[in-house]
Amino acid sequence: MINLPLLPILIPLLAGVILMFFPKRIKAQRTISIISTVATIAAAVVLIAEIRQNGIQTLNLGSWPAPFGIPLVSDMLSALLVLTTGIVTLAVIWYSIYYLEDEYERYFYYIAVQFLMVGLNGAFTTGDIFNMFVFFEVFLISSYLLIVLGGKKAQLRESVKYVLINVISSALFVSAVAYLYGVVGTLNMADISVKIAELNDPGIITVIAIFFLLVFGLKGAIFPLYFWLPGSYHAPPIPVLALFGALLTKVGVYAIMRTYTLFFYHDTGYTHMILGVLALLSIVIGSIGALAYRDVKMIIIYNIIIAVGVILYGVAVMTPDGLEGAVFYLLHDMIIKTALFLLVGIMMAIAGSSHLKSMGGMIKDYPLIGWTYFVATLSLAGIPPLSGFIGKLLIVRGGFGAGEMIGPLIILGSSLIVLYSAMKIFTNGFWGTPKEYTGAKAHLASRLWIPAAVLMVIAISYGVGAEAVRPFITQAVEPLIDPAIYIEAVLKE
Amino acid sequence: MRKTNDLILQTVTKVISFIIILFSIHLFFAGHYTPGGGFIGGLMTAAALVLLLLAYDIKTLDNILPFDYKLMTAAGLLIAVLTAAGSLLFNVPFFTHAYDYFDLPLLGETSLHTAVLFDIGVYMVVIGITMTIIQTIGESE
Repeated sequence: MINLPLLPILIPLLAGVILMFFPKRIKAQRTISIISTVATIAAAVVLIAEIRQNGIQTLNLGSWPAPFGIPLVSDMLSALLVLTTGIVTLAVIWYSIYYLEDEYERYFYYIAVQFLMVGLNGAFTTGDIFNMFVFFEVFLISSYLLIVLGGKKAQLRESVKYVLINVISSALFVSAVAYLYGVVGTLNMADISVKIAELNDPGIITVIAIFFLLVFGLKGAIFPLYFWLPGSYHAPPIPVLALFGALLTKVGVYAIMRTYTLFFYHDTGYTHMILGVLALLSIVIGSIGALAYRDVKMIIIYNIIIAVGVILYGVAVMTPDGLEGAVFYLLHDMIIKTALFLLVGIMMAIAGSSHLKSMGGMIKDYPLIGWTYFVATLSLAGIPPLSGFIGKLLIVRGGFGAGEMIGPLIILGSSLIVLYSAMKIFTNGFWGTPKEYTGAKAHLASRLWIPAAVLMVIAISYGVGAEAVRPFITQAVEPLIDPAIYIEAVLKE
Repeated sequence: MRKTNDLILQTVTKVISFIIILFSIHLFFAGHYTPGGGFIGGLMTAAALVLLLLAYDIKTLDNILPFDYKLMTAAGLLIAVLTAAGSLLFNVPFFTHAYDYFDLPLLGETSLHTAVLFDIGVYMVVIGITMTIIQTIGESE
C-alpha cells in the first residue's frame, strides 16, 4: 500500500467530513470520532513498523515526481509524533465525553478535534514547506473554534488575542517562505536543503533562518514570543487546554527541529547560538512563572514553556546526544502534559475552582487520583525510572559534550523548580485538611481518571522500556544528524 | 418602519440573478483551459444568491432554495476528499487524476477529467461557506 504515509491524515479528514452531516447527534459523534482516532493510531503503528523495516517512506501526491509535486515524507520522527498525537487525542476525546456538557458537544466540538488532528498529522508528515504552512492553518483554524467554543467572556477576550497573534505569525510565515523561495527557487524541503548547500551565500540564509525562528517561535512559545500563551491557554475548558498544551506548541518545536537540521546547518555558530540562548531564557521565564502562580492551570501552563526550552536546547547543541534527547523528551512531554492537564482538570471538577486555596485534603476521598498525580509529577521532573529522565539526561550530556557549562546547569536547576511547582499542587491540593467542595462534576472524578491513568501507564512504560524505545529514537535522529539520508529518500538520486 | 417599494430592484434581480448564475457556471467549466474554476465560480453563484437576499429576504430565499448550506459544505468536502481518495482503489498515489476523451451526444469529442469532480467539491464548499456566513450574521439579533 503506497499510500500508507497518507492514512493518518486521510482518516481523521474523512471522519471530520462525515461528522459534519449530523452535528446534533452526540452519540454518533462520539462513536465515530473514537473509531477514527483508533484507526489513525493503528495506521501510525503500521507506518512505524514499515519505516523500521524499509527506511523513510515517501509518497508523491498526484504521481508528480519529487521536486515538482508535493511529497509526504514519513521518517521515524514524524511517524512517532503522529502516533503520539493519536494517543493524546484519543485520551482527550475519551475525557471530553464525560467532562463536557451536551450543549458543548453539539456545536462541532468533535469535528474541530478531527480537523485539528488532520492539521497536526499533516504538518508532521509533509515534505513541502508551503504545504506545511497550509497544514498549520488547518489546525490553527480548528483551534480558533475550540478556544472560543462556549462563548464565555474570558474565552472571547483571549480568543481575540490568540487569533490576532496567530494571524500575524502566519503572515510572517508566508513572507519567510517567500524570501526562501526568492533565494532558492523551490519549495520542496529536500530540494531546498540541496539548493542552500549549493548556494554558498550564508548571509541571506542566516537572515531567513532567524525569520523562521521568529515564526515558529511564535507558534511554539519561546522566550520573547511566549507572551500570548498563558492568557490564551487559561481560557478554554480543560480538554481543549490539554490538546493545545500537548500538541500545538510541539508542532512549532518540530518545525524548528526540522528546519534547523535540514536547511540551516551551515552557519551554526550564529543561528544555533541564538536558538540556544532563547531556549535557556524560555526555561528561566517558564520557571519564574511556574513558581509565581498558585493557580493549578497556570502552573502547568508555564511548565509547557520550560519544556519547549529544554527540547530546543537539545536541538541547539546539534550533537547526536542532544538531538536524541530532544526527541525523547518531545514524545515524553506530549504525553505527560496531557496527563497532567487531565488530572488537574479532575481536581478542578472536584473543587469547582482552579485556585489552590480552595483545594486541600483530596487524598482522603480520591486516593487513586492523588497517587496518579504524584507519579505524573515525578515523571515530569525526570526521576530515573520514569519517562522524563532519559531525555533530559541525554540533553544534558549533549550540552556538556558540546563544551557548554551554563546550559546543562540551567536545565538541571530547572528540574528542581519543575518538581517544586508541580509538587506544590500535590501538597496543597491532596494533603492537609479537606475543604468544602463546590464542584458540580465531583461525581465524575473516577470516570475522568481512567483516560489520565491510561496515559500515565503509557508514560511509565515509555520510561521503563526506554531500552526498547531507543532503536526507534535512534532511527528518528539519523536524518536529523545527516540530512543526506532525508534528501536521498525524497529525491531518490 | 416605513414600507418601501422595491419593485424595480426585485424585477431587475429576477433577470440579473439568472445571468449571474449562468456566468458563474461558465466560469466554473472554463477553469481548466482559461481563467476561472471552482473558487471564483462558487463565489459568483453565492453573489447571485446574495443579490436575491438583498432584493427579498432570508425567508423568501429559504422558500425558493430550501438548502441547508452547512450540509452543502459537508457534501462538497466529501466529494473533494473522495475524488482524491479514489486513487487509493487503484493503488496509485493520492490525488492522482485520470482523464480521457469521450464522444458525447451533443458536445462531440470532449475531454473529461476527474479534476472537475474535485472542482465541484470546491464549488459547493465555497457556496456553502459564503451563504452560511451571510445567513448566520443576517439572522442573529
